[in-house]
Parts: sequence; C-alpha cells; structure tokens
Amino acid sequence: MYVAVKGGEKAIDAAHAWLAEERRGDTSVSELSVAQIRQQLTLAVNRVMAEGSLYDPDLAALAIKQARGDLIEAIFLIRAYRTTLPRLGASTPVETAQMAVCRRISATFKDLPGGQILGPTFDYTHRLLDFKLAAEGEVPAAPTAPASLDAVPHVTAMLNRDGLIQTEAQGNATPPDLTREPMELPTTRPLRLQAITRGDEGFILSMAYSTQRGYGRTHAFVGELRIGTVAVEMDIPELGFSVEIGEVELTECETVNQFKGSKTEPPQFTRGYGLVFGQTERKAIAMSLVDRALRWKELGEDNTGAPAQDEEFVLMHADNIQATGFLEHIKLPHYVDFQAELELVRKLRREALAQAEAAE
Amino acid sequence: MTDQTAYNFAYLDEQTKRMIRRAILKGVAIPGYQVPFASREMPMPYGWGTGGVQVTAACLVPEDRLKVIDQGADDTTNAVSIRRFFQRTAGVEVTEATADATVIQTRHRIPETPLTEGQILVYQVPIPEPLRFLEPRETETRKMHELEDYGLMHVKLYEDISRHGQIATAYDYPVKVEGRYVMDPSPIPKFDNPKLGGNAAIQLFGAGREQRIYALPPYTQAISLDFDDYPFAASKADHSCDLCAAPDSYLDEVITDDQGSRMFVCSDTDFCASRRAAGHIGPMGAPRAGADVE
Repeated sequence: MYVAVKGGEKAIDAAHAWLAEERRGDTSVSELSVAQIRQQLTLAVNRVMAEGSLYDPDLAALAIKQARGDLIEAIFLIRAYRTTLPRLGASTPVETAQMAVCRRISATFKDLPGGQILGPTFDYTHRLLDFKLAAEGEVPAAPTAPASLDAVPHVTAMLNRDGLIQTEAQGNATPPDLTREPMELPTTRPLRLQAITRGDEGFILSMAYSTQRGYGRTHAFVGELRIGTVAVEMDIPELGFSVEIGEVELTECETVNQFKGSKTEPPQFTRGYGLVFGQTERKAIAMSLVDRALRWKELGEDNTGAPAQDEEFVLMHADNIQATGFLEHIKLPHYVDFQAELELVRKLRREALAQAEAAE
Repeated sequence: MTDQTAYNFAYLDEQTKRMIRRAILKGVAIPGYQVPFASREMPMPYGWGTGGVQVTAACLVPEDRLKVIDQGADDTTNAVSIRRFFQRTAGVEVTEATADATVIQTRHRIPETPLTEGQILVYQVPIPEPLRFLEPRETETRKMHELEDYGLMHVKLYEDISRHGQIATAYDYPVKVEGRYVMDPSPIPKFDNPKLGGNAAIQLFGAGREQRIYALPPYTQAISLDFDDYPFAASKADHSCDLCAAPDSYLDEVITDDQGSRMFVCSDTDFCASRRAAGHIGPMGAPRAGADVE
C-alpha cells in the first residue's frame, strides 16, 4: 500500500534545528562572539557590507555568524534586512578628497602630494603560514607616527589640470536607485557603478581580469587607490545646513587608462572608477576596470564583443544573490516538468524506434 | 523574523505593496504584457518564488484564505515554507481546498478543480520572457514584443516539427494572449495550458529576480501556439491515478522500487484526496485516514 510522503513541515523544523546545532559546532569550543568577528574577520565583514549594500559592521558580523561563514548567505541576510528599512533621506555626496586615509598608493607617480602610504596591506607579506597564530599570543604594537595634516588630493585631479585626462562631467542629478526601480537597459553610468559596487566580488574580479587578458583591453594603471574614512553629511531641512551624521570606511580606486583617441575624443588618458564600502581593494580595483571597459560607447571605442564591454551581460549577472538563488532553485522539486519531459522523450523514442524498425 | 510584530501585514511595507499593485493593475490592463517592477529582496532566495510571494503579499487582505501549492501539492517543502511565511506575517487563514481558497499561490501547476470568479491564482515565474532562450538580450526581446515580431518563435516551433515530427516543448509552453502578446505561462506542463484561457479567476504572474509582473484577467483568451496541421495537444501520462482512479488529472510518476516498478498519482494532492474521500479508489489506493488530510 502506497502512502504519499507527508511531513514537509516536520522535516523543515528538524532541518532548522540541526542547522543551528551545526552552526554552533562542538560546544566544548567556546562560542564565537559577534564582536570577535567584527574585529578579527574585518575583511569578511567589509565584503558583506559592500555586497549587502548596508554599512553596519555589527549586523554584517552577526550575519556572518548566522551564515556559518558563508559570505554569500550572509550578504543575503543583510540584503533581506536592508530592504525592510525605511528611507529617511539621502546624504550629500561624500568627499573622498577629504578622506582620512590609512592607505593611499599611486602606481603612476613615485611621489606625490600627500605621499604614498602603504597602510595595513598584505601586498608585501610573504604568504607563509604563520604557525604562531595557531597558538595564543598577543601581537606586538605596530610603530606609529603622527598623522600628516597635509591634504591628499586626487591624482587624477592633478592630471586633469594639464588636460591629460578626460574630464568627468559634473552634475547634480539625483542618481537612480537600483533597489527601488527595476533596471532598464541601456543604463547610465551611475546605475552601472551602483550595480558593480554591490556585485559579486568574484564575478567582478573575473570580468576585470578578462579585460587585462585582452577581452576588451583598456590597459589600466592604478592612478590611485585610497582607503580611509569619510564623513557622511546630511542636509537637515529644519536647520538649513548639513550636519555630519557619521563616518564610513571606503576604498576608492581610480585607474588611468591608455587611450589613443577615437573618432569623437582626442588622445588623452581616460578613467575607470571604483568605490566600495570598507577595506575592499581587490573589489575596488576590479570595479574600476569593469567600469572603464563598459564606457566604450561614450568614448567612441569599438565594441570588440568582449564580455566586459557588454553592459547587459555584466549587469544582469553580477548580483550573487540573484545568481545563487536561481542556481540553487534547481534543487527544488521539478517533478511536474520532469514528468512532462519524460512523457515527451518516451514518445519521441517510440517514434524514432518505430521509424528505425520500419527502415530495416 | 524573530519578532513578527516588527513587520508590516504580509511582510512588505505599504509603499512597496502600492508599487506592486500598480504593476499588477497595469498588467491586468494589458494582458500578457510584462510590466517591470522594483522587485524587493525577500527573506527567501530568488528562485524560491519571490515574485509570487510579492504578488501574493500585495493582494492579501486579512479576510483572505490562502492556499499554496508546489508541483500541485500542498505538502511539498517549499509550499509549506511559503504558506508558513504568510501565516506568520499576515496571520491569514490557510486552506488546502482549492474551492475554499481566495488566493492560491502556485508553482508549476494549475489546480485540477476549476477556479471560480473572485479567486486569484498567483504563479511563481522563473523566466518571464517566452523569447529568452531564442534571444538572450532583454533589449532585443522587448523590441520584438513592441513590434509583435514573433517570427523567431514560429521558426523554433517549425524546426521542432521538422526535426522531431512534433513541437518538442512539454512545459513552459508559450501562449498568445488576446491576439497580441506572446506570454510565458511559467513552467506548468502543457497539460495545464487549456486552463489559462477563459479562466474565471484572475491569474497573476510574478517574476522576482527578473523584476516582471504580468496578468491574465478573467475570461481572457490565451491560445497555445501551434500550426493548423500540427495543432496543440495537451498531454499527460497515459494512465489513471493509482490512488483515486482519476482518468483525467495530471500525474506524477513515483518510482516504488529499484526493479522498475512505478505508480502514477495525481500531482494535485487536494484533488486526489477529495476524490478518495468521495469514495473513488484506485488500484493502489486506500481510503485516506482523516488525520493526514490536514
């Protein structure tokens, strides 16, 4: 006697309980605190904030804990939370030229106003496992120097003074909001940048890498990469002026790209731009390369058919929450469709076999 | 989701619901036309029915009775999960009986029991664009709809016939709505296609990830694409239900051992259970105990 499988509800509850237990792991090992994640897995927290599009290190750390370290799952938790938040207003544009930098490098000039500041980077570490970290142990304090009070102007602004780099159009138009309007193609650059900055780091990295290997080559120099905090200000209508409501840490990358001129533009350097929450320099550099590649039309370049030049391809596939959802949904039941396919294949086989027999 | 009171009725805020309702109204006004809408991230993943969930959330009122099915069944895990979501966030009554429901959210099936006026059937849609697998670019397919340029689709169907002797699409079978838009009915088996047109219920389609809503108002014409000499034919497994003996319902094939034994059962669990309750017993069926109809 056949009894149809029931009890989905029970199975779901049991799965959730098991998941919670697995997340906690061996209870003889002390539990990870949200503060520990925030303090010691900062780069993971930064990635979750950037792709979750929500600047809140505590919530990002909580999401990482809840997601058992699966960053895309953590990003998803943040996104689902973010979408429920009311919009109180918009800040004035942040001034990255006024950033309190902890890292600032230029690959195009040996020295420059504001100086090169290496900051806390992996760049020149030797990737040797540090077994000392496996044991408990405090780190000796890093040497310090008084913070420089010199201005740290943008490298591209200096190049622009000589007319060597293309000038970006200034504008006060309110940028579109990707999370409140459906994406319409073709898009504008502000919308593209928005989509890329919250796009999947791996995808953006690969797209950028593909341009370096010749698929839509733009030959980028890192004109400047800076990481630091900027003040966020908001206009308060009742006051009639803007007040600082907090600070965010940002990574900004501006590339300087070779450009021999086109039918519409004289020879000059062009720019790619990357701006990402937190210390996320791989993403910011990749973003600036992809941004530059997507600007082919505006600069009168040829479309070589490279994936990174294809706005629809890049923007429609950059979001890891959309991608992972659609990818993983194929594990949901598809009995009904599969049954329809089964019937079709059986029918086609019957006919094909009958024809083969008739031919013999 | 720890504190359900922190969320608005049916989860979405009123502003978002208004935006979705506008898209629904536009969809109803232009049957078969895909209306872009600013889909929100939902607390379940894209691909799990976020489009349908948003449409349902925008339609629900506290007096509604909600039914949720996946593959025709009320007890599949995702149907359970979505039903629970609305119980939690909207506190609406839920039911498994098709006739009792005011709103039915579905994935991949149209219930066997004919729907009636006043009911709303909400479909979860993965890819709303019927032309997508013929032309991957949205910019192109929108133009094709604008120009009513469906030649590519007919060529595809024709190629099917020349290659396979028949149209080799078993589900997700495109329809033409009121002689204008070619529409993707979501991945329902083509067996269900005849129920799309002339249906008394409002049929709403939500694609969350792809940010599209479209609709078939009651009694709208929806004709499955075909050719005069190769007419559309709804198809199903050539069996009756082994549990309730229904000869005309869509069947799931269940493998019962590793020796090739199988049985066929209604995919619509409510339909099957009601038939058995009414005394229809198939060769492998038994009268159901009252308890597991819950």
